[in-house]
Amino acid sequence: MSGYSSARMIKDPRARIIGKESWRDYFLLRLESPRIADQSRPGQFVMVRINAHHHPLLRRPFSIHSNSGKTIEIFFQVAGLGTDLLSQKSLDETLDILGPLGKGFNTEAGLEGKTVALVGGGRGIAPLYFLAQELRSSGAAVRIFYGGKSQADLPLRENFEKQGFTIFCSTDDGSFGFKGFVSDLLKAELETFTPARIFACGPEPMMKKISGTARQKSIPAEFSLESVMGCGFGACWGCVKRIKRGDGEEWLKICEEGPVFSAEEIVWGEEEG
Amino acid sequence: MTDLSVDLGFIKLKNPVIAASGTFGYGLEFEPFIDLNLLGGFVVKGLYSSPREGNVPPRLVEASSGLINAIGLPGIGVEKFSEEVLPQIRKYDTALIVNVCGESEEEYGSVVEFLDKNEGISAYELNISCPNVKKEGLCPALSPEATFSTVSLVRKITSRPLITKLSPNVTDILEIAISAQEAGSDAVSLVNTFLALAVDTETRRPKLANIYGGLSGPAIKPIALRMVHQVASRVNIPVIGMGGILEGNDALQFLIAGAKAVEVGTANFIDPEATVRIIDELEEYCQKKGIDRIETLIGSLKT
Repeated sequence: MSGYSSARMIKDPRARIIGKESWRDYFLLRLESPRIADQSRPGQFVMVRINAHHHPLLRRPFSIHSNSGKTIEIFFQVAGLGTDLLSQKSLDETLDILGPLGKGFNTEAGLEGKTVALVGGGRGIAPLYFLAQELRSSGAAVRIFYGGKSQADLPLRENFEKQGFTIFCSTDDGSFGFKGFVSDLLKAELETFTPARIFACGPEPMMKKISGTARQKSIPAEFSLESVMGCGFGACWGCVKRIKRGDGEEWLKICEEGPVFSAEEIVWGEEEG
Repeated sequence: MTDLSVDLGFIKLKNPVIAASGTFGYGLEFEPFIDLNLLGGFVVKGLYSSPREGNVPPRLVEASSGLINAIGLPGIGVEKFSEEVLPQIRKYDTALIVNVCGESEEEYGSVVEFLDKNEGISAYELNISCPNVKKEGLCPALSPEATFSTVSLVRKITSRPLITKLSPNVTDILEIAISAQEAGSDAVSLVNTFLALAVDTETRRPKLANIYGGLSGPAIKPIALRMVHQVASRVNIPVIGMGGILEGNDALQFLIAGAKAVEVGTANFIDPEATVRIIDELEEYCQKKGIDRIETLIGSLKT
């Protein structure tokens, strides 16, 4: 349905880490990989090999957080062994990465002069920076909604502010901004404006709520889904999501057909039963 | 220049490295990364007579040096494969092996009967050993009788070479291999994945929706090697070895233990160029050791 399909997947065995920032357990790595950067679109991802050993065995998927044309950034929170080891990498070390993978957000269709809402929950903010920049340069007015458990879970707020984006924040504990979920903050703000499209990424319950709100208000919405992935390029069939296609539903590969799907396509919560 | 070719009797491979079923899609997924012509062969994902959805997610969980999967053999089915995929992949100068599945013995037969009408297939690999499609990993490869009867039925239908893929989840894999041989299989490939469980201690639920899955990757390599050695020493048909091959050195171990060729599986997920890299590493080893023909290594384990 939406977005940009990866014409060319590239293995870059030596993407050099040329920048590293960290906040508590959140990390931002800048990688020099001109060939992958050149092909990458917002919403696409890379698969990163953690080390050359057997453990952890699989690569880890990360959304492309920003793209300078020669470098890309990945943003992550330490959530297990893979991200823990990755967080310990130093400047000038190299990473073996595959990308760009998947289909990104649909930024092509007539958003010029329109207002759009980008909603990120926790580490789900990762793909939205690249998307925000791309949408702004194509003439859209971008409003960012960024939610986390507490103030320390909003590490990228300042980066968005520095770039002059309008940003609305929420925290579950009320330590910064709106007290409550970012889905509720968005719902409240939608009383004051109607975006031409909503783009969101975050925990599934958050995206499910936003999908409901968008449907009530007849606003088109797109979601970037997260999943454990075996390969990232369609070979293992490991990362499926229930998706409506034609008259029926199918388990579609998130890595190949997504990770971005539109609100009408996604069957929420099917696999939790 | 080392001669890397291996002769399985029913087919000669340009080198002993075959991409394993279920880890290589339909081959097309790897076109962006490698030249498929360089491979000894590749086995396409298991095919049933109809398209299949596969299991409910989560389908994958990582283990120590391994991967547990319960994908459940989703696929496009034999008709769509023949019409849309086969014309794109049979152009490659490599052995194209089709992995054949069935809910029943008869289905294995009908899948092969359908595929027999199509040109360009070098051999069938009978997947009688997937642990993820029936309760508790039940499959024909767990019993010598079911193995014999499934292979016999297919043997009567086709004159194309048959490779029977065996399960390690048995007391005596040699007994099953002999059943496959007696039923007319041209080769056996082993091992499929080990039935496994991962537990989430927060929720006390299995980490896979299917409860059990199949363990693959380096974690299983020593057991797979032992089984390959046991079977290769006793059967008269070629053994294709697999289980945790990530490097050329792993492949060499299987060849020395008696495998005439190897299949590379989980490694394809981690490094889509793994098969080609392993072929290069085999050649490097042979050159370094002054080995002219890689076939001389096969079964050369000194015991």
